[in-house]
Amino acid sequence: MTARTTNQKAWWLVAPVVVLVAFNALVPMMTVVNYSFQETFGDNVFFWEGFKWYEELLRSERFHDALVRQLAFTATILAIEVPLGVAIALAMPRRGPWVSVCLVLMALPLLIPWNVVGAMWNIFALPDIGLLGRLINGLGVDYNFTQDPTSAWVTTVVMDVWHWTSLVVLLAYAGLCSIPDAYYQAAKIDGASAWSVFRHIQLPKMKRVLTIAILLRFMDSFMIYTEPFVLTGGGPGNTTTFLSIDLVKVALGQFDLGPAAAMSLVYFMIVLLLSWVFYTVMMRNEGT
Amino acid sequence: MRRLKWLVPTLYVVFLMLPIYWLLNMSFKTTNEILGGFSLWPTEFTLDNYRKIFTDSTWYTGYLNSLTYVVINTVISVTAALPAAYAFSRYRFLGDKHLFFWLLTNRMAPPAVFALPFFQLYSAIGLFDTHIAVALAHCLFNIPLAVWILEGFMSSVPKELDETAYVDGYSFPKFFVKIFLPTITAGVGVAAFFCFMFSWVELLLAKTLTSVDAKPIAATMTRTASTSGYELGLLAAAGTLTIVPGAFVIYFVRNYIAKGFALGRV
Amino acid sequence: MLLSWMAWTWQTAAFFVLVALALVAMGIWEWRSPGGAPRRGILGLDTTRGDRLFISLLGAGFIHLGWLAAFGAPPWGALAVSVLFAVAVFRWV
Repeated sequence: MTARTTNQKAWWLVAPVVVLVAFNALVPMMTVVNYSFQETFGDNVFFWEGFKWYEELLRSERFHDALVRQLAFTATILAIEVPLGVAIALAMPRRGPWVSVCLVLMALPLLIPWNVVGAMWNIFALPDIGLLGRLINGLGVDYNFTQDPTSAWVTTVVMDVWHWTSLVVLLAYAGLCSIPDAYYQAAKIDGASAWSVFRHIQLPKMKRVLTIAILLRFMDSFMIYTEPFVLTGGGPGNTTTFLSIDLVKVALGQFDLGPAAAMSLVYFMIVLLLSWVFYTVMMRNEGT
Repeated sequence: MRRLKWLVPTLYVVFLMLPIYWLLNMSFKTTNEILGGFSLWPTEFTLDNYRKIFTDSTWYTGYLNSLTYVVINTVISVTAALPAAYAFSRYRFLGDKHLFFWLLTNRMAPPAVFALPFFQLYSAIGLFDTHIAVALAHCLFNIPLAVWILEGFMSSVPKELDETAYVDGYSFPKFFVKIFLPTITAGVGVAAFFCFMFSWVELLLAKTLTSVDAKPIAATMTRTASTSGYELGLLAAAGTLTIVPGAFVIYFVRNYIAKGFALGRV
Repeated sequence: MLLSWMAWTWQTAAFFVLVALALVAMGIWEWRSPGGAPRRGILGLDTTRGDRLFISLLGAGFIHLGWLAAFGAPPWGALAVSVLFAVAVFRWV
C-alpha cells in the first residue's frame, strides 16, 4: 500500500457518504434506543419503563435459547462454508473458457431474492412434491422438515450453504488469482508439497479476502430472517426461530416495541463485540 | 488426483443447479399437476403461469419497480463511494480509521426492528412508497460495501499516477474523471455488481417502505402466496423470473469480476 | 412533527448528547495533539486513544448488561464499575 499523506480536506470527499449513511443509520438507531426504555400501546404514546425490558430480557429463558440457537447456527454454517468454499476455489481452473462459466453459475444463488430462496427450498424439500424430500425418503430416511426438528435444522443449514458458499468461493478465488505464477514455479523447484504450497503461499494470500468473507458471513448469518421464515416459519416448535424471527414475533406479532428494541440492541452489541474482536485480531496478524 | 480436480467445482455447480431446476420445472406445470403427484419434468407443459405474469399489471409492475430502485441505488452508492474510497486510500484525516469501522458496523444491525423507525422516518419526510425511498434506505448497507471494495482497488494504483497528473496541471475533478476512473473500471464493475446484488435480494426494508406505487416484485409474491391460496406454479414462475435480471448482470460483468478479482485486494 | 415519532425522553437525549460531546472532545484532543498516542498495551493490541474510547464504551455496555442480569435495576453500581474500567483501559490497554 502506498503511504498516505495527512490531509484534513479529505473530509469533504467523505462527507456525502457520511451524510447518506448517517441519515439511514443514526435516526432509526436512536429511535430504537428510545423505544427500548419505554412501553407503548400505539398512537405514539410512550411511558418510561427504565431498564425493565433489559432486565426481563437478560433473565428470560426464551432469549437464552434463541441466542444459543443463533450461535450454533452461525458456527455451523461458518464451519461448513469457509473450508468448502476454499476447497472449491482451489480446485477451480485458473484460466480458460471454463472460468467464466464457473463464475457465472456459481454467482447465481447470490442474486436470487431471499424470499425466493426460501420458497425455492420449500418446494424443493417438501416430502411429497419436492425432489430432495422424495430422494431422502426414498433412501429410507424419515425426513419431513415441516414436522421433524432435526430435518428442519439440517434443511436450513443446507439451504444457507447452497445460498452463500459461492461468496466464499468468489472471494477466495480472487485471493488465489492475485498470486503470481513465479511463486508456484519457485515452489515447484524447491519440491514443495501441495500442503506446504497451500500453507505458505496460498493461505497467506487469501487471508485478507477470507477475513472479509468470514466477517460478511458472520454478520449476515446472525441477522438471517427471510429465508428461514419463508422455509419453515421458525418451526416446528421453535427449532429454527433465530434472532430476527423472534424479534419480528415480538415486535410485530405482539406489538411489544420496547422489549423487541431492547433485544435488538443487545444482539447488536454482541455482533459488534465479536466483529470487532475478529477484525482486530485479523488486522493485527496482517501487520506483523 | 490431479485429473479428478475438475470434479469438485462440477459437483458443486450441479448441487447449485438442482433447486433452480426444480423451480423451473414447477413453473411449467399446472397447479393440478403439481398437487397431483411427483414428476421429474412437466408432463402437461404449460406457459400459462408466465402468460399471467406478463399480462397482469400487478405482476409486471413489480419487476419494473424493483429494477428502478435497484438501479437508482447502485448509481447513488457507487457515485458517493468513489470520492470517499479515494480519500480513504490516499489520505490520513481526523478519525479515518474509526469512520471506516463505523461504516462497516451498519451491516450489523438487525433490520427486523429497524423496519418501523425506517417506515416513520420516510413517512415524515414524505418519501414513503417512492422508488427513491428504497434506493436511499439500501444505501445503508451498500455504501459501506462499495467503499470497502473500491478502497481496495484504489490502493493498488500507484500514487505516482496522481502526482504526475497534478504536476501536469490537472484539477482534482478532471484528474479523477479523465485519468483515475478509467484505471479502476474493473473495481467500479465489481462494486456495482455487489450493490446491485444486495439491493435486488433485500426484501424486508423494500417491503416496509412501499405499499402500491413502488411495490417490489418479491412483495407481490408474498401477497399472492397468502391471499389467493397457494398457487405454486405461478409462484415458481415469478421466482424464476426474479433470477433473470441477476443472471444478465453477472453475464455482463463476468470479465470484470475475473479480472477485477485478480487486480484488487477486494 | 419530525421528532414526535422518535419517542424522545430526556434520559436518552442526555445519553446521546454525552456520546456526541465525547466524540467532539476526542476530535479536539486529536487536533491539538495529532497521532492519537499509539502504543501497545497489556493485551498486545496497538491502540490509539480513539480505540481506547471505543473499548471503554463497548465494555461499559456489557458491564451494564451483566449488572442488570445479576442484580437488576438501578444500574448505578455498573456505572461505577464502567468508570473504573474506562480509567483502566486508558491507563494500561
